[in-house]
Amino acid sequence: MTDLIRHTAAELATALASGATSSVEVTQAHLDRIAAVDGAVHAFLHVNPEVSLAAAKASDARRKAGDILNALDGVPLAIKDVLVTTDMPSTSGSLILQGWMSPYDATVVTKIREAGLVPLGKTNMDEFAMGSSTEHSAYGPTHNPWDLDRIPGGSGGGSAAAVAAFEAPFALGSDTGGSIRQPAHVTGTVGVKPTYGGVSRYGAIALASSLDQIGPVSRTVLDSALLHDIIGGHDRHDSTSLRDEWPSMAEAVRNANVKGLRIGVVSELDGEGFQPGVLARFHEALALLEANGAEVVEVSLPSLQYAVAAYYLILPAEASSNLAKYDSVRFGMRVNPVGGGTVEQVMAATREAGFGAEVKRRIILGTYALSAGYYDAYYGSAQKVRTLVQRDFDVAFANVDVLASPTAPTTAWKLGEKLDDPMAMWRGDIATIPANLAGIPGMSLPVGLAQEDGLPVGIQFLAPARADHRLYNVGGALESLLEEKWGHTLLSQAPVLMEGAR
Amino acid sequence: MAKAKLMDFDKALELFEPVLGFEVHVELSTKTKMFSAAPNNFGSEPNTNITPTCLGLPGALPVVNEQAVRYSISLGLALGCDIAPSSTFARKNYFYPDLAKNYQISQFDQPIAINGNVEVELADGRLFQIDIERAHMEEDAGKLTHVGGSAGRIQGAEYSLVDFNRAGVPLVEIVTRIIYGAEADAPELAKAYVSTIRDMVVALGISDAKMERGNLRCDANVSLSPRGSGTLGTRTETKNVNSLRSVERAVRYEIQRQAAILAGGGTITQETRHWHEDTGATSAGRPKSDADDYRYFPEPDLLPVVPAPELIEELRAALPEKPAERRRRLKADWNFSDLEFQDVVNSGLLNEITETVAQGASPQTARKWWTGEIARLANIADAEPTSLVTPAQVAELQLLIDDGTLTDRLARQVLEGVIAGEGSPREVVDARGLAVVSDDGALIAAIDEALKSQPDVLEKIREGKLQAAGAVIGAVMKAMQGKADAARVRELVLERAAAL
Repeated sequence: MTDLIRHTAAELATALASGATSSVEVTQAHLDRIAAVDGAVHAFLHVNPEVSLAAAKASDARRKAGDILNALDGVPLAIKDVLVTTDMPSTSGSLILQGWMSPYDATVVTKIREAGLVPLGKTNMDEFAMGSSTEHSAYGPTHNPWDLDRIPGGSGGGSAAAVAAFEAPFALGSDTGGSIRQPAHVTGTVGVKPTYGGVSRYGAIALASSLDQIGPVSRTVLDSALLHDIIGGHDRHDSTSLRDEWPSMAEAVRNANVKGLRIGVVSELDGEGFQPGVLARFHEALALLEANGAEVVEVSLPSLQYAVAAYYLILPAEASSNLAKYDSVRFGMRVNPVGGGTVEQVMAATREAGFGAEVKRRIILGTYALSAGYYDAYYGSAQKVRTLVQRDFDVAFANVDVLASPTAPTTAWKLGEKLDDPMAMWRGDIATIPANLAGIPGMSLPVGLAQEDGLPVGIQFLAPARADHRLYNVGGALESLLEEKWGHTLLSQAPVLMEGAR
Repeated sequence: MAKAKLMDFDKALELFEPVLGFEVHVELSTKTKMFSAAPNNFGSEPNTNITPTCLGLPGALPVVNEQAVRYSISLGLALGCDIAPSSTFARKNYFYPDLAKNYQISQFDQPIAINGNVEVELADGRLFQIDIERAHMEEDAGKLTHVGGSAGRIQGAEYSLVDFNRAGVPLVEIVTRIIYGAEADAPELAKAYVSTIRDMVVALGISDAKMERGNLRCDANVSLSPRGSGTLGTRTETKNVNSLRSVERAVRYEIQRQAAILAGGGTITQETRHWHEDTGATSAGRPKSDADDYRYFPEPDLLPVVPAPELIEELRAALPEKPAERRRRLKADWNFSDLEFQDVVNSGLLNEITETVAQGASPQTARKWWTGEIARLANIADAEPTSLVTPAQVAELQLLIDDGTLTDRLARQVLEGVIAGEGSPREVVDARGLAVVSDDGALIAAIDEALKSQPDVLEKIREGKLQAAGAVIGAVMKAMQGKADAARVRELVLERAAAL
């Protein structure tokens, strides 16, 4: 097989099954690709070829013995550094965890290991997943493979860029307010935030516990579905994980059909504040779906106007508590003040040195929002808005099967462009945040390039809680229709990355 | 530490009404911890009973221990509380090195049990009703050991060690409503209340309830209201009170200390105070105010606890009898006089005596051991009787008397050996060679020797003056170093006197 890195995970699985290639060969090809381009892209924080190749070798031995663990046994993948791993450092993009080795694997990491997948490395992210550009990574930003001067989205810019730059066929991400879907939008890839509780959070370094969800990142809808099927399901280590029996997401893609599907277009996310090229591609995609039997109606979510404000109270509040554990007592960085100090002073010096500006901003905001006398006005009100947003969705889903909107208002911006304006960066999360507030699943998939800048645009589909398969149905159908129309995949249009050996 | 001025207790009571409130923490004896599968064991090597969750490692999550919830419901029911159809956990945020996550998972506005009432019996049999505001579930913190500096305090320590074995041990915190009207009984009521809670959790089988191990901890809130003022005083919260005796002493001390300050025109500082068993005094701890901001918010990692009504009814049906009822029953079963039974209740050793009886000793002998010799030795050692011996050991000791192996006097020596850690009563008997000499041959040899050396006594016995045998018995007992049964010696003396 030639050009192994250009194949999807599903294609690699087929090639491995037929004996056309081996896991060692596929893994080595991706390691070579990382070595060649990641110096420029900087999608990875940690790569360990020996560990990856050993896992690949074990997979090949299983296949030879005829006892593969899963159809995808031997296919490599990248892991967002928010997930803890025993054989690679887990930093969540922060200095405070530099070099930290977890004594346990996250449940989703255990699941991918048990399925025989081969971890390639840990991907870059905004520190503790706080950001929309990966510029807040303590280890330097990731660059968008479509234009290295632009952001790859965030917080999961590393996983999205790795997949877009063909450094990995697919990857694991986490989504607290769009950290899987917005990077997918700006890199021309696919990303899914499952229903809250659909995938275990055990071993995912917490940002905001009531919003965080782990999900797949890939170049095709089918690959996301295959990974979703592996990582989903109940985990006794996570009390918020659902006990549902889930249908196969991969089956939903393979049987995709939008005939009779009712799609609601969110009127609040269509028009003002959205880049023309983003809206143009979005409406073309809707027209294509309509032409193939879907029914498109307009839907209003009136509480959406408060969603961003509520989110930026709930998230910092939970984060301020979740990040309290980084105090140098048990693990991670420790900074001793000059001349020594009390334990409080050591904690303060460590947190001062170990956390970046965005993390501190949100810890301070969250601490304030939870303070006595302010709780009701801030955290309390935000939780009420959350309930209103959930009700809006309940009403909407009584009439439509899925909702649709552009994934984000704009295409990828230039690195550094919004760094001094955190509010502008936060407002960009308007389309993705509501799904996290409501706990419902969302998907972003590419629908073309914006005419004004030639950069990728994504469409977002949302479904009711527990109806993740509807996303794979509509997403799989739209992807086929678009590729049929274009005659190629969107990513085949991405510039060829040559420079930047790691 | 300068000794605080104290006012005479009776005088303090003339001027002020003591107002009380208690927070009792009960460590539940579940197999595993409140939110993780780590073993809930006391006394293991430091930092061995831990999981990523106990250590608050990145990514770790809590999962509620179902057994702890059942125990908490049982305790709530025993306290006469309503069990909440849905109760939630909350995070109490504060930085402290023994708190792995720097927040404690507790219950805040929706505790599992509310609005209860406990009947407490005072030494003279009077009953006192104490209202329970709430009982809520939470996790314990780790344990800090401060090295260097003075008195093991954090201030001035060179460094501190932290053991997370206790981190995450399930706790129920029982909070009373404000207690008025205890008056001069306040110290005794404090002790009786904690004793009642202890008896309750032991009867429920949900805690080891050993105060010296911290299984049961009492924070005593004391304030004084000037007579006739109708206003509440500023309260102090005394912590570290880890014996029943100390609860009583600490409350008495605080009443006397606060009275002296108030009478001298001073004001009470709202603070936590630490009780010092050795000096019998409290010292100032952390200033505390109602404005302490723990930034409570609902714990997003846990779902509400929604016990099935059938479960609550099942647990209610399985409740043991109430402490007051139990006491009435035991008094009758044991056939104790009022005085004897009050003595037992006041000693706080009802459970130990019950257990000793269960192990085979008679109620009267069990009572005598615990309230007599053991209490005396505990007093000398300034320790809790329960920390010296176990009911099983006491029962074994008594059985050795009952079967003639030991005399009462020998048994007291054996008890000292047991307390000194020399082993079980049987082992101490063997090791110290304390058993009664039951070999008649050895006794007869000693008797013959004594009779021969006192021919006048032998003559008197032969003449029928049996009381003269006493001199010989005494000599024989001395020769046997007390390890002989005096009654048997008497029999043999009479036998030999006739035979010689």
